[in-house]
Amino acid sequence: MSNCYPYRSTLFLLYLLVVFGCSENNQSSVKDTGLVYCSQGSPETFNPQVGTSGTSFDANARVLFNRLLSIDSATGDILPSLAKQWKKSRDGLIYTLDLRHEVQFHTTQWFKPSRSFNSSDVLFSFERQANKDHFFHQVEGMTYNYFNSTGLADNLLDVSAIDHDTVAFHLKEPDPSFLIYLTMEFSSILSAEYAEHIQKNNIRKEEIDHKPIGTGPFKLKRYQTDAFIRYTAHPDYMDGAEAIENLVFAITPDPSLRYARLISGECDVMAQPLSSHYQLLKNNPELRVQHQAGLNIGYWAFNTLIKPFDNPTVRKALSHAINRETILQTVFNNLGEISNSPLPITMKPYHNDRLAEIKYDPELAKKLLAEAGYGDGFEMDIWAIPIQRPYNPDGHMMAELMQEDLRQIGVKANIVSYNWATFLNKVSQGEHQTALLGWVADTQDAGNFLSNLLSCSAIKSKTNRAFWCNPVFDDLITQAQHTSNMKLKKNLYYSAQEIFREELPWLPIGSGQSIQASHRDVKNLNIRLTGGISFSGVNKEVPSS
Amino acid sequence: MGNQQKVFINPHLPQTRVSNWVLFRHDTFATIGLIILLLIFMLALLNPIIAGNPNLQDATAQLIPPSWNEDGTPDHLLGTDMLGRDMFGRILSGASLTIGTSVIVVMLALILGIPLGVFAATSASMVQLLIMRTMDILLAIPSLVLSIIVVAILGPGLMNAGIAVTLVLLPNFVRLTRSYILEELNKPYVTAARLDGASPSRIIFKIISPNVAAPLIIHTTISLSTAIVDIAALGFLGLGAQAPLPEWGSMLSEARTSMYVAPWAVTTPGLAIFITVLSINLVGDGLNTAINSKSRN
Amino acid sequence: MIKLILRQLFFVITTFFGVTLITFYLQTLAPNTGEEQQYSEYIARVFQGDLGVSSSTRTPVSEEFLAHLPASVELVVLASTLALFIGLPLGIVSAINHRKPTDLIINYTSLTAYSMPIFWWGIILIMFFSLNLGVTPVAGRLSFLFDIEPVTGFILIDTFISKEPYHMDAFKDAIHHLTLPVLVLATMPTAIIARMARQTMLETLANDYMLTAQAKGLSKFKIYWVHGLRNALIPFTNMLVLQISTLMTGAMLTEYLFSLPGIGKWILDALEKSDFQSLQGGILITTTLVIFINAIIEMLQTWLNPKRLKRTRIYNG
Repeated sequence: MSNCYPYRSTLFLLYLLVVFGCSENNQSSVKDTGLVYCSQGSPETFNPQVGTSGTSFDANARVLFNRLLSIDSATGDILPSLAKQWKKSRDGLIYTLDLRHEVQFHTTQWFKPSRSFNSSDVLFSFERQANKDHFFHQVEGMTYNYFNSTGLADNLLDVSAIDHDTVAFHLKEPDPSFLIYLTMEFSSILSAEYAEHIQKNNIRKEEIDHKPIGTGPFKLKRYQTDAFIRYTAHPDYMDGAEAIENLVFAITPDPSLRYARLISGECDVMAQPLSSHYQLLKNNPELRVQHQAGLNIGYWAFNTLIKPFDNPTVRKALSHAINRETILQTVFNNLGEISNSPLPITMKPYHNDRLAEIKYDPELAKKLLAEAGYGDGFEMDIWAIPIQRPYNPDGHMMAELMQEDLRQIGVKANIVSYNWATFLNKVSQGEHQTALLGWVADTQDAGNFLSNLLSCSAIKSKTNRAFWCNPVFDDLITQAQHTSNMKLKKNLYYSAQEIFREELPWLPIGSGQSIQASHRDVKNLNIRLTGGISFSGVNKEVPSS
Repeated sequence: MGNQQKVFINPHLPQTRVSNWVLFRHDTFATIGLIILLLIFMLALLNPIIAGNPNLQDATAQLIPPSWNEDGTPDHLLGTDMLGRDMFGRILSGASLTIGTSVIVVMLALILGIPLGVFAATSASMVQLLIMRTMDILLAIPSLVLSIIVVAILGPGLMNAGIAVTLVLLPNFVRLTRSYILEELNKPYVTAARLDGASPSRIIFKIISPNVAAPLIIHTTISLSTAIVDIAALGFLGLGAQAPLPEWGSMLSEARTSMYVAPWAVTTPGLAIFITVLSINLVGDGLNTAINSKSRN
Repeated sequence: MIKLILRQLFFVITTFFGVTLITFYLQTLAPNTGEEQQYSEYIARVFQGDLGVSSSTRTPVSEEFLAHLPASVELVVLASTLALFIGLPLGIVSAINHRKPTDLIINYTSLTAYSMPIFWWGIILIMFFSLNLGVTPVAGRLSFLFDIEPVTGFILIDTFISKEPYHMDAFKDAIHHLTLPVLVLATMPTAIIARMARQTMLETLANDYMLTAQAKGLSKFKIYWVHGLRNALIPFTNMLVLQISTLMTGAMLTEYLFSLPGIGKWILDALEKSDFQSLQGGILITTTLVIFINAIIEMLQTWLNPKRLKRTRIYNG
């Protein structure tokens, strides 16, 4: 029997040699020009025109596409991007934009452009969304949420090409925010030539979104569902080719795994660590942690179409039962602010800080519950967001804390969760009783924020998770959006928030900071005020040997 | 026992049980296993008295290490988890959940499986075929896949996980009961009893059963450890016990997020499962050796 | 012989249809199936290889299955080879040294290994080797920066045959990544194989013909390794069959733990996403595979040893 041993141990030694032996040379060059980002979830689609999820925008709009204009999120200044210059007509109904020259679309295995970007691409991008009979209008059951919620669906009369390099947008009514809309992800510019190519060659029209073509800093190489997205630098990018040759999104919904991958070096960047990892990240000398007060709000929405959540007294009762201080401490690691308004505290000057505080008062909660006829309590569901967002770094933990708080007032709460895409889908259909969700602002525009979340039309565009519709509230917001008198604007928004405070279709939890962590050799990575992440302009410092 | 083959007397006399026990006791490891097991059961029963409320959250006491660590406190023997809940209390409550559910599941599989097996052994070939085919179908599906099917239909939850695991364990009880009975039926002492004029039910319940009981007891023991691991696995995958139940498997899953800061939150529930399963296996091993070494003689 | 094949075929077919009943029911749970499907239509489609379209990725289920299969096969093959390679000799050595310290150590170590819940064992190993020591990666099959064309789906083969300049580094990286998952998955089978080998070897050794061999004066080597092993192998392989289910369950949990893109993870993801099409397709194919493998092994065994006794003791002790 001793014959076996020498044989087996040699094999083992051989194995060790192969695996742990030297020659890291080739690998290091791959590492220098490659960047791996541990992302929180799979994109719902590569089409930036549909959906509202930041994780999708990170993977489509911010990587593959450009828009006509861009915005400096700190100052609010509009900057040129695919459009060089723009002017607005006196009556505010016509916007004319001059397009940039020599901008190239991506060349990939599935498409090679024969011309550079021109006005027909702008026309295609907007007509696809506006025109219900457009060949490419139907997008696998998704809707053009932002095109609808910004009002463009109704307000955009026409997009026309003055010539090859000039386009004009015609509106029915003036909208001071129009240029801001052109900076948003849904206004990304797609390739009209690629669309024609698909149509002419009888290719499945879904391919336009499965195999996207844009002008952005990176192009898509390969997507393995729920595993990774591989991008390569666009060599003819209008602002110059990126230093990062290979960009990989490693899809890692499990926050512990994201943390583990970051510290082991498998990922270079990750976002939204759990509160329990924050200190560890901060104390790690090889990492750099960036955080930023977020323009976001996390909330607990009550589905006001379902009993007993249609009763404001019940909603108030449940709201007073929750200890938001503990949540701030435990879930947010104190990196955030509690808000009594649907607007985040950072949205100045419109945040109404005079609103009555929603105090943590279990006795009051029990009293109100009894008043509403539920003195014996009841059973309900809390739908907890499954991914980590700045407005909710740990939906499950938050739900567990709330579950315990509710138990104290005699209400039994069950925690429900699904994977992100399914979750969003079901909540959009109104299948939830209550849900923990949130919203990251696209701009400092309070009107946009409020109307996206709480207006009657937002129910149609599926972003009003409380399915709450109050015409007075809507009216105040619309008025505020249309006036340019700052004082009047502020008062109107203040009043709208008062109405909200009375009705409490949600319990606002608060806003959290956006947090991202990266290895120290990753340079020029900024943290966005409006959340999300962009890798344009990022490079890796090559260690001097 | 020698070569005594008395035709008219059941060769397995009640004394057999005594000598089984003696053999078992001499197996040190098995005895240790038994003692640990009894300890665990006792702790699980005494749980409401010793430990506090396992769901009591305390935001000021998050992630405290166990008491022997310099940052630990004697208030929390095994530390706390990320919501400030006492680990010791949770592990004890989890004992009643994990072990309790497993015991119920095995009992169910026994109560349903053995009679079904007896029925299958003694009925017409068509009926037998039907029962055995159904059991084979259930057996063909890997245990975790079968549990996934049940959870997909009924939804997640501890009770549904219990139903799933019962279904996993049931076919083997049926099959084994049937094959042990059939095997015994061919033996001379049974033929002798039949010639003696014993009725079929007497044959099964009085004459064969002691012989069949022994291997079935062993199988029950293995099933118990399988049940515990399977229920914990389902809890770990999020398909079994849901928050805030302190079931060991789901505790493990929750603890994974704070694994790096608080390794004890992960090691403790896992260790609990491991020790319980190990003791059961030691006992089962001891029983098996005791019974088999006798039959070898 | 023909009778045997027919009998096995009968078993396989009835079991298969039994499983389809279950998967058919599962499929009807999907929220919007549109047309009410008949069982007969379902069966017809299944035999044409059409298992429906995944509701989350919108690609055919059979395509998804084939894409995920290689990762699982790779893992299972490597783990079972390792388990056999280590477990079998250990079991035999243990049996030969019955009641001596070697036997006790091996026996109780394998009992311990057998009692470890695989998901916990995996976490412990990750904590120690990947996080503490940093010698193994945390999850996945390959470092993300290596872009390897998925030709066969087997990461070891694909990296080896890849034309990329860094393919050998990628190959080593793949081995690196597979180390911990294979170890974790192989633990329980190794323990079980060791114990089964020990048990069957002990029983074989106690047999009369072994005494005869000894009396004939054959060398110790010949007795143990030639006569003993050969006869022990038969009941041993019989017990092996039952381990396929255990291996499959273990593989699913390992894939979940290490984020390996195999069938197990795919089925679990489908459950989480309520993707009933993928779920029923995955369950059907997986179970069918298991049934086939079992049937083939049964037939092989009976063919090799026509006089084999039906073993009724299933416990491995």
